[in-house]
Amino acid sequence: MKKIKKVYLDNAASTPVAPEVLAAMKPFFTEKYGNASSLHSFGQDAKNTLENARRTVAKMINAEPDEIFFTSGGSESNNLALKGIATKQGHIITSAVEHPAVLKPCEFLNKSLGCEITILPVDKEGFVSVEDVKKAIKENTLLVSIMHANNEVGVIQSIADIGNICREKNIIFHTDAVQSFGKIKIDAKAMNVDMLSASSHKINGPKGVGVLYIRGGIRNRIMPQIHGGSQELGIRAGTENVAGVVGFAKACELAKIDDKSIIKLRNKLIKGVLKIEDSWLNGPRGKNLDKRLGNNANFSFKYIEGEALVLRLDALGIAGSTGSACSSKSLKPSHVLSALGLRPEDAHGSLRLTLGKYTEEEDIDYVLNILPGVVKELRSISPFTKQNKGE
Amino acid sequence: MYSKKVMEHFNKPKNMGEIKNADGVGQVGNPACGDVMEIFIKVNKNKAGKESIKDIKFKTMGCVAALATSSMITELAKRKTLAGAKKITRGDIADALEGLPPLKMHCSNLAADALKAAIEDYEKKKNRRSDNHETN
Repeated sequence: MKKIKKVYLDNAASTPVAPEVLAAMKPFFTEKYGNASSLHSFGQDAKNTLENARRTVAKMINAEPDEIFFTSGGSESNNLALKGIATKQGHIITSAVEHPAVLKPCEFLNKSLGCEITILPVDKEGFVSVEDVKKAIKENTLLVSIMHANNEVGVIQSIADIGNICREKNIIFHTDAVQSFGKIKIDAKAMNVDMLSASSHKINGPKGVGVLYIRGGIRNRIMPQIHGGSQELGIRAGTENVAGVVGFAKACELAKIDDKSIIKLRNKLIKGVLKIEDSWLNGPRGKNLDKRLGNNANFSFKYIEGEALVLRLDALGIAGSTGSACSSKSLKPSHVLSALGLRPEDAHGSLRLTLGKYTEEEDIDYVLNILPGVVKELRSISPFTKQNKGE
Repeated sequence: MYSKKVMEHFNKPKNMGEIKNADGVGQVGNPACGDVMEIFIKVNKNKAGKESIKDIKFKTMGCVAALATSSMITELAKRKTLAGAKKITRGDIADALEGLPPLKMHCSNLAADALKAAIEDYEKKKNRRSDNHETN
């Protein structure tokens, strides 16, 4: 059988571990396997390694090392941030385009503690209005949680402006930066962020490691969610995942902020794909394209369904994802695309392609060569084409 | 998540397209739900003199399961008598496809309904024809 080309364009879902990262991690499985809490040299080696890694991660976001708390990943970081602060009934402000790892904890806090949740709408490109955040703040607001960059459409929110407002009003501000961390500049101090979540496997590090930045001034207000040993200053119990943390730190060192070559390839992809009739870009576009993550493209194609599109592309070696209801366990279309005002049938026909460190120009050329034909073929068997419906 | 058989029918659907001057057309589903199926049938009498499906084609907008069930029903229904074709159930289609994910059993398994609608459309047209004949 002819070997087909493999093009991985789902880097917002996960990324390959960089060879340098894997090499850095290896000794920590079989040679340097000590528990960082142990007194002997094995343990102290692990401890030193852990603290070096903490400094590296801290530098990424202009934080202090003792403001960096390692977790098992983005979801745990978000849960710790939200549940750690909202320990009593109160008001939480978030947005309609957050990741489920923020929205579900909010739902939980509503059910368990009776917290009132304000979910701010977004405009048709996905932007949260800073003014809306300001207006939503109430006497009993415990926390504002607005994501930095969105996983589906890449929209980058005005985090510094929201941070300013929250700091002025003395409200704790958390941002889910899982998609933006290591891709665009983050300065936790300048942006007035109190808590920030990030994840290793989105930037060519291993899965199972993440971080929650907690500003020094608010650490004592966080209720730990995993109780046990006194690791991570008592904020997060459990033997540290030293190999994972080392890999995460290495991935941070390799990360390229505002990688121009990825943006160039992504723009070529967008330009090429939009030549397909009855297609459009979801999320920031035109003059707002620079407020979109450089590796993200999200299209809709009329008259076809995304799951079929993704699996047809997969058969031809191209890996992407969709916001179609048919690909979700809930059978509801993407809440993000819906929040942007897309009709359900247009969310069904969506395709997200996200580039990564190893995406090459010939990968983009391959997609531009293959995708139009796949869309055309699915449309040819769809009862809803222009010709059929005389639109 | 999908069986081999489902992927076979998804990747190479049988009897795709439409029949010009079809004897019966059935459409089910709703674009807002993501799945719409259209089935076209051509009817003639078989050797035993029973009305049966001479040809059948489909057009579907939908997910992998929707496309595979559409393809499968055209295979199951071809050359069946109308009475026999009406008896094909969602379960029969899922079985022939070596199973469907539980979530997809209902939303995307509309092909049996589409076929029934096509047969009913044929019967309605036929009755209308014979009514017209009597009044002439």
